[in-house]
Amino acid sequence: MMSRIRLEPRQDRSVLRMVIALVSAVVFAMAVCSLLILWGGASPLQGWLLMFKGSLGSTFALSETLTRATPLIFTGLAAATAFRAKLWNIGGEGQFYIGACVAVMLGRGADAMHPALLIPWLFAAGALAGGTFLLLPTFLKTHLKVDEVVTTLLLNFVVLLFVNWLVFGPWKDPMSMGWPQSEPVVDPAMLPVLIAKTRLHLGFILAVVAALLAWAFMTYTRWGFEIRAVGANAVAGRFAGMPVNRVIIRTALISGGLAAMAGVSEICGVKGYLTTDLSPGFGYTGIVVAMLAALHPLGVVASALFIAAVYIGADSMSRAINISNYIADVTTAVSLLSVLVAVFFTQYRIRRS
Amino acid sequence: MSHPILKLSGITKRFGQVVANRNISFDLNAGEIVALLGENGAGKTTLMSILFGHYLADEGQIEAFGSPLPPGSPRAALAAGIGMVHQHFTLADNMSVLDNIILGTESLSGFKIGRSAARKKLAGLMERFGLTVDPNARVRDLSVGEQQRVEILKVLYRDAKILILDEPTAVLTPQEADALFHTLGQLTAQGLSVIFITHKMREVMAASQRCIVLRHGEVVFESPTDQTEPKALARAMVGADIPRPQRHRLIPGPTVLSLENISFTGRDASLKGVNLKLKSSQILGIAGVSGNGQGLLADLLSGLVPDFEGRLDLKGNPMRKLTPASLIKAGVGRVPDDRTGTGVIPDMNLMENLASENYGAFSKFGILNFKAMARKAKQQVAEFDVRCPSIFLPTRQLSGGNMQKLILARELSGKPEIILANQPTWGLDVGATAYVHTRLRQAAENGAGVIVISEDLDELFTLADRIQVIYHGRLSASMDTDEVDREELGLIMSGQAGFDEKEVAA
Repeated sequence: MMSRIRLEPRQDRSVLRMVIALVSAVVFAMAVCSLLILWGGASPLQGWLLMFKGSLGSTFALSETLTRATPLIFTGLAAATAFRAKLWNIGGEGQFYIGACVAVMLGRGADAMHPALLIPWLFAAGALAGGTFLLLPTFLKTHLKVDEVVTTLLLNFVVLLFVNWLVFGPWKDPMSMGWPQSEPVVDPAMLPVLIAKTRLHLGFILAVVAALLAWAFMTYTRWGFEIRAVGANAVAGRFAGMPVNRVIIRTALISGGLAAMAGVSEICGVKGYLTTDLSPGFGYTGIVVAMLAALHPLGVVASALFIAAVYIGADSMSRAINISNYIADVTTAVSLLSVLVAVFFTQYRIRRS
Repeated sequence: MSHPILKLSGITKRFGQVVANRNISFDLNAGEIVALLGENGAGKTTLMSILFGHYLADEGQIEAFGSPLPPGSPRAALAAGIGMVHQHFTLADNMSVLDNIILGTESLSGFKIGRSAARKKLAGLMERFGLTVDPNARVRDLSVGEQQRVEILKVLYRDAKILILDEPTAVLTPQEADALFHTLGQLTAQGLSVIFITHKMREVMAASQRCIVLRHGEVVFESPTDQTEPKALARAMVGADIPRPQRHRLIPGPTVLSLENISFTGRDASLKGVNLKLKSSQILGIAGVSGNGQGLLADLLSGLVPDFEGRLDLKGNPMRKLTPASLIKAGVGRVPDDRTGTGVIPDMNLMENLASENYGAFSKFGILNFKAMARKAKQQVAEFDVRCPSIFLPTRQLSGGNMQKLILARELSGKPEIILANQPTWGLDVGATAYVHTRLRQAAENGAGVIVISEDLDELFTLADRIQVIYHGRLSASMDTDEVDREELGLIMSGQAGFDEKEVAA
């Protein structure tokens, strides 16, 4: 008889095993990517050192990583919240741009307002617009059983084309020398910079606060309880008398709102004006962030920092040793895959026969 | 005595600290029917999984027809002539009987399926064992009893010499069950051997030649059936005498629930003009073969059916519409049949599941008071004897019996006036079953009107004061449990009696 490999479900689940699994998954991903760096003609050790230095090794590097992590925390929370309720919101990218549009629309000619009022107003209005925007696919899901994966995904392109029209057309800045970009928001709308001579802005603090609030909301509130219950077993939730559709609609408002806040934060914190490349896929990367965090709101902060560090570090490394910065995409992708496999092995074990 | 054709010796299987099987040894002889009994969690399923190579035994070995069976190989078990008939059929509904039977046996290298040879072989099998099914019929058009015959033929087609049947009568009427036992007799008369897994005493006594009882992973009892008392078997299964709920007559009170001419169409079945009256201090049993509309009736009374025709009075108030929330508010306790799918949220902890219907009571300004929730949960867990290390354990980790106790704790601790229990002891061991029965009986004694939907007639005979039979979405007239017998109910359950005169009467 040949020896064969089989899987058996584990009887127990331990937190320690989960942590070990996550760490070894990331180590494994780095090992795979080391081979790619080697193939690219550089020393992996030097590569990782450069990545580390470029992402965390100096105040400036760290500030860049935190700046990059800011929108990822928001979009990661958006995905984590929705996925917790099994509302598959793939439309974070679209909701991001909705938030950005609202920030620009309301922030362009708002001189009269004090920043302490204007900034909360922009975030609130952006979040409301983003949440409302997600309601359309959500109603289609709850009332007509239309698959929200498809509708939310496709709406991303609708929004992006709409933004395209805006920046080439009605919102085009006459002072931009022909570049397709909107007029900037007024100065009081810009988020204060946290560390002088860096781009790190107040949005990062807001994102971390949002994560804490999301965690407290999910853990301690009645609505959070309903979201967890409906997501874990909607049939049992309905049987227990929970208003399942209302819970999903509430979740959509929160999730869409969080993704839109990423857009507001990028406009008011970094760019100031709207372009079609405002987001290098923050909405989509948010899904990866949420999955790496196992949908835990505080985990989202950690995984957003990790992914941001990988991207910023890879940019820096590629400038220094001429390895393509696509290595960041590969590292993230392999990490995600190996984390998913690792989580599987916290639930099953291999036996050989 | 003939030569053993299957010999298990010293099988031991551990899962971490838990010993699922401990040093189990037994033989199976040619032409023998052995009943394998045991409570849930006694190790029956693990043992069968080892026999079929799904699990590896830590110790011990299996011999089939004199040669050792290589461990961990399902294919080797099949090749050695061991076949399994599962409790939940593994048939493709939209394919013919013949195609279902040959599915998986065609050679992968050729394009030809070889239907004509298969048809000939199948015809031979049907004649030899007296199992007739139309090979061209689609499986979805067959009755449950016929589908089971197809499952058995499927195993025989693969030249099995040893058949293992897992709770084969769960889905059958008493008459169909008798037919099955007759078939098993014919199989063994021709030299095949049968192991059937069950926990119904009546079947053990009726159909087996030898019975083996497992408890806590060990063989605790083994004896020829004709020298065995059912009582001794039950004692061996639980390790103690089982308290039987005493069904002394209760004096029913006022009507708490009445259904008049209720009809509606569900996804794949419908209720047609159902009439029912439930009084307080009364247990009404709904008997019927699975799939005759009892699921719909349960859905209706659980608040899962949006619209229905007819008149429904709940505690004297006519209701246009029932929702889970309105029923909970009205004091209706509902025990669903699908514990993990509907009854609990497996990934949430015990406390959260206990509070899933009344978490609003623990909420102040939208914030939940988990301390109060935990206090209440601890009290409920203790009152309903849910065995658990902590109320913060994920509910998924509870055994079936403890999970059902948890659901009872949630549904009954509010002292409901009406209780609907759908298959409340399905898949439970003897001890947990007795517990559920006692609790339901107690609730009725304290004044609740209880509806028990069950496919197990023994359960209804021990529990119910009155019985109605559901058949093709219609309910028979209500009968006094003490005045009907099993045969009569069996005929109504298969639609051969009970309905025409009722329609005339209506």
